[in-house]
Amino acid sequence: MAMLEVKDLYVSYGMIAALKGISFEVNEGEVIALIGANGAGKTTTLHTLTGLLHAKSGSITFDGKELTKTPAHKIVEMGIAHVPEGRRIFQNLTVLDNLKLGAFTRKDKAGIAKDIEEVYELFPRLAERKTQIAGTLSGGEQQMLAMGRALMSKPKIVVMDEPSMGLSPLLVSKIFEIIEMIRERGTTVLLVEQNAKKALAISDRAYVLETGKIVLSGDAHELMNDDSVKKAYLGE
Amino acid sequence: MGFLNNLINGISLGSIYAVIALGYTLVYGIAKMLNFAHGDVIMVGGYVIFIAMTSFGLNSWISILLAVIACTLLGIVIEKVAYKPLRQATSLAVLITAIGVSYFLQNMALLIFGEKPVNFTSVVNVPSLKLFDGKIVISGETSTAIVISILIVVGLSLFINKTKSGRAMLAVSEDRGAAELMGVNINRTISLTFAIGSGLAAIAGALLCSAYPTLQNTTGAMPGIKAFVAAVFGGIGSIPGAMIGGILIGIIEILGRAYISPQLADAIVFAVLILVLIIKPTGILGKKINEKV
Repeated sequence: MAMLEVKDLYVSYGMIAALKGISFEVNEGEVIALIGANGAGKTTTLHTLTGLLHAKSGSITFDGKELTKTPAHKIVEMGIAHVPEGRRIFQNLTVLDNLKLGAFTRKDKAGIAKDIEEVYELFPRLAERKTQIAGTLSGGEQQMLAMGRALMSKPKIVVMDEPSMGLSPLLVSKIFEIIEMIRERGTTVLLVEQNAKKALAISDRAYVLETGKIVLSGDAHELMNDDSVKKAYLGE
Repeated sequence: MGFLNNLINGISLGSIYAVIALGYTLVYGIAKMLNFAHGDVIMVGGYVIFIAMTSFGLNSWISILLAVIACTLLGIVIEKVAYKPLRQATSLAVLITAIGVSYFLQNMALLIFGEKPVNFTSVVNVPSLKLFDGKIVISGETSTAIVISILIVVGLSLFINKTKSGRAMLAVSEDRGAAELMGVNINRTISLTFAIGSGLAAIAGALLCSAYPTLQNTTGAMPGIKAFVAAVFGGIGSIPGAMIGGILIGIIEILGRAYISPQLADAIVFAVLILVLIIKPTGILGKKINEKV
């Protein structure tokens, strides 16, 4: 059985339907890409998964448990961490305090200390700046902090919303390298990206969203060679 | 020496404003709302102490403790009943509701205790301090107010910056959605904020009624509004700002009363608010508001 199973999910903002019955699944250990144009419903999908939005109908099953009625603060405890669009780190707090907040639901002090060290290993830049106020970090460092903060909850799956947005090409490559490292640590990843080319390159499978519906899905490398995907999302 | 005495009285009154302003600033910083009923919680605290001491003959410590408990619970109930249903509403709706809660508390007190002010017995039994052959007198109420307000600021700062619940409050204050994604229970955090703010209001009530020993249903209204001015003056949302703003407003009020005009003292305080809003809307220690792109 899939780790995360979304079935026939409808979400609307007032009268406007944002998701019109989407279904997809994520298996343990996979990297799954969700690609699509602006307004296709990618962020809405992630927000519904982690409880920031609530579905009108449909189901989300994670580890066999139904999530559509669960409040956001309980979902992270169940093992889904969210790296939100625009990073949304706590600008006025230090790097270390941001990481500690990532571990808010955990009570194992020794484990938290160990994981902070692990995050510092994964992102040496954060170790150098641990006492710095997060708002003073560069864009790339803030993205690393948002990812490190998500890992601090010891998630089974991390959902990431446009982690490469607004970064220089060099940093974009760095962020994708980090996502591969996260997968190698055994964490499943659901990735929303406008940079479809790079997202497909590191993913196992992908789903293509168009105005609230999934129009294509399959093996990421096959999708890369699909003519319609090439034309619409890869700029070829 | 007259000036020094006035200054000391100003600092004393200012310390009380500071304790009230802390409640305002805490709730504003975390729940993002102006709780205009905050001043009236002070009045409730005053009545609880009054009844505990005069009707039940309890000592002042137990009476204050009872008032803190009662106000803490009152704060939690007010938040749950009046403000929580408006979590998604516009800030204007919340503001009007807060004014409504304020009038509700004042009129409930009027109904229960009548309009006649009662004489409050001071809960402070610290001896007064006489300096320079008695030319400067620092009353027990004054020194107590100053010491208590400093202890509260230090304690509150430690709680917010060093504990997990405090860190959750800071996270909610900055980005509610992101805090939720960390597993912070927003409702519980806001409820805790109201509990602390209202508990502080009870202590402010004890200090205020001890220094100015008449108590009636509107006792908390004016000090509440002046403490709000103090919170804005110091930079709303900032804990040290509330302390500095409170002390300064207290000094301005007392000096204004002594040297300009007793009738104009309140007007001067509000003129300060208008000036602050024109010159530095974020207050003395207020943070620049970063607009998100």
